[in-house]
Amino acid sequence: MADMTAGNYTGPAGTEGAAGTLTTADGKPLKAALNAAQSKARWRAFFLVAPLLAFVLFTFVAPIGQLLQRSVHNPGFTTHTDISSGTQTPIMVGLREWFDNNPLGTEPDEAAYAALAADLVVLRELKAPGSVGTRINYERSGSRSMFTKAARRAQKLEPPFKEAMLDLDEDWADPEMWAAMRGASSAYTFNFYLAALDMTRDVNGEITQVDPKRQVYVKLFQRTLFLSLLITFVCFVLAYPIAHLLATLPLRYSNLLMIFVLLPFWTSLLVRTTSWMVLLQSQGVVNDALVGANILADENRIQMMYNQTGTIIAMVHILLPFMVLPLYSVMRPINPSYVRAARSLGATSWTAFRRIYFPQTVPGIGAGALLVFILAVGYYITPALVGGADGQLISNLIAFHMQKSLNWSLAAALASILLGGVLVLYWLYDRLIGIDNLKLG
Amino acid sequence: MALPSHADTLERIWHKAYLVICALIFLFLIAPILIVIPLSFNAEPYFTFTEKMLKLDPTGYSSRWYDLLLTFGMDAPDAERDGSWWADVWSNAAWVNAAKNSVIIGFFSTLLATVLGTVAALGLSRPEMPYRRSIMAILISPMIVPIIITATGLFFFYSSTGLANSYPGIIMAHATLGIPFVIITVTATLVGFDHSLTRAAANLGANPTTTFFKITMPLILPGVISGALFAFVTSFDEVVVVLFVAAHDQQTIPRQMWNGIREQISPAILSVATILVIISILLLTTVEILRRRSERLRGISPG
Repeated sequence: MADMTAGNYTGPAGTEGAAGTLTTADGKPLKAALNAAQSKARWRAFFLVAPLLAFVLFTFVAPIGQLLQRSVHNPGFTTHTDISSGTQTPIMVGLREWFDNNPLGTEPDEAAYAALAADLVVLRELKAPGSVGTRINYERSGSRSMFTKAARRAQKLEPPFKEAMLDLDEDWADPEMWAAMRGASSAYTFNFYLAALDMTRDVNGEITQVDPKRQVYVKLFQRTLFLSLLITFVCFVLAYPIAHLLATLPLRYSNLLMIFVLLPFWTSLLVRTTSWMVLLQSQGVVNDALVGANILADENRIQMMYNQTGTIIAMVHILLPFMVLPLYSVMRPINPSYVRAARSLGATSWTAFRRIYFPQTVPGIGAGALLVFILAVGYYITPALVGGADGQLISNLIAFHMQKSLNWSLAAALASILLGGVLVLYWLYDRLIGIDNLKLG
Repeated sequence: MALPSHADTLERIWHKAYLVICALIFLFLIAPILIVIPLSFNAEPYFTFTEKMLKLDPTGYSSRWYDLLLTFGMDAPDAERDGSWWADVWSNAAWVNAAKNSVIIGFFSTLLATVLGTVAALGLSRPEMPYRRSIMAILISPMIVPIIITATGLFFFYSSTGLANSYPGIIMAHATLGIPFVIITVTATLVGFDHSLTRAAANLGANPTTTFFKITMPLILPGVISGALFAFVTSFDEVVVVLFVAAHDQQTIPRQMWNGIREQISPAILSVATILVIISILLLTTVEILRRRSERLRGISPG
């Protein structure tokens, strides 16, 4: 290849340069020619990768970036975007100016209420009180209706505005309301991360825990971690014996048995989840078989679906191949004579396994466990379908906030926290095992 | 794994128990996939074996759920089954339309992922590639990052760039999800690729393009096809991104299944599942054949 030939010219045709350095046929110093050739080769390799890199930056990295931006940026209280024309109008200008001029802790005075009333008139014209109210509603529930109601009457309000506003609703004097509005008056905020960690800012702007009855997210993160660990462990327990069997059988048998591992791997996720729903239903195959065999009375059929049990069983089944394959690829090359040597030196089969065989499989366990854990932490489809209420994971809550409650910034903050955790694990996987060693079948 | 002849009774018992345990785990792996096949022929709208089915009574079995896949969504499902009936199926049946969408999206996203992924894998497997490790990590990450995060990010990104509710948007998203599989399979094939072959071609006067198509391509083709099949399956099975960025009328098979499971799960879902299981058996067979062919081509003993 062209880049390999630079050195060859220095042979018969090469000349010794004036300073005694080697040069190529055309008189360039050898070192420079080699560098040029290598840099050309590097660029050639890079140009092969560049189109894909650009594509992934556009369709994957940019969306993730936008997600991160969403989690700290919510202009619901500062800018109104008209859906049909796309024009952006600054809103709540007067009130935001008042917040800028009066530090935290200032009692809202007549000027503040006057600014609020004027801003509400603008909101009414833009047909935006609903969206602004929703933004405050994230921080203080019950605020949305106050905004829509007040905006409807804002035109007719007369000074003094404080009394007029309080006549509409006593809650306009609520310090929490003013703290929420002050918090939302800047489009960039970390409040959604606080909310995602069950924390909030109190009236004085201090970070505090939310009411214990409303703490859901930290518990859900804990449950996700716990279930993922449990699923990883069960996968390990189930995968180890069969990986060992596959690795020690002659190839023609193990290739055949491998189908049992690879077929689930190739089968649609929804198909596998559906199958488990069919099997685990209270009128399903497993319960029918147990009742038919008189192991179980008809009236106490086991509830195995729409709860954590369902999530665990189905996810173990789906993630098991990801544990078996790395274990198998580590176990296959292990030389059986090591165990034989241990046995001949007097070790029992248990000791030989524990001291000789098992330590050699640890890299496979690490690779499989890390992969299964990473995949389990972010699982969505299976818990959504078979998880019921207490089998939901953090992903399901992100979907809930995206599709039902429409609190997109909170969804983005939850997603960013999950993403951070997954990326740390991914980095660890790359350091310990190397993504090049990822095998698919 | 044969037991040596000097094994004592306890070891023999343990070995038997071990084989039984392994058999049970294999059963756990395969039974849920195979169970849907007989159940999809249930004559009754139940998800369990009826008495008639267990007695192998032919009247306990029927293909009515497969028929429902064709008739559901049709204008005139009860008309005579002639040419116009089939035309009605082709243009109106919900599942047929979902299948058409799935195939279109799957085909184009596979094409995109395979072409870009193969070219990139060629670059990544060169030793002189700068920042090889970091770039590889970025390109594989769509497989690792939870799908719900990708879908949420795409939802924000597509609504601000106008790609939402469009086929190109879904195709690009699915291609991104398929790319890691192409990269992994093609780089695996390129490990142990004998570069003296390309040098020999260059030496004999072939330009890089000819070398690629005449020498490199035939040798890495099994890996490329495996990667393409993986990418296709990824797209064909993907539902979360479709739920987040597709328009309401852009139904795909997984989306239709998802709705079916969430709303009223009927045995029709099981007949779709059966068809998908058969497709996955075919794909697995193809990939296995390709893997062996690739190993033969590269002179590696089967294993």
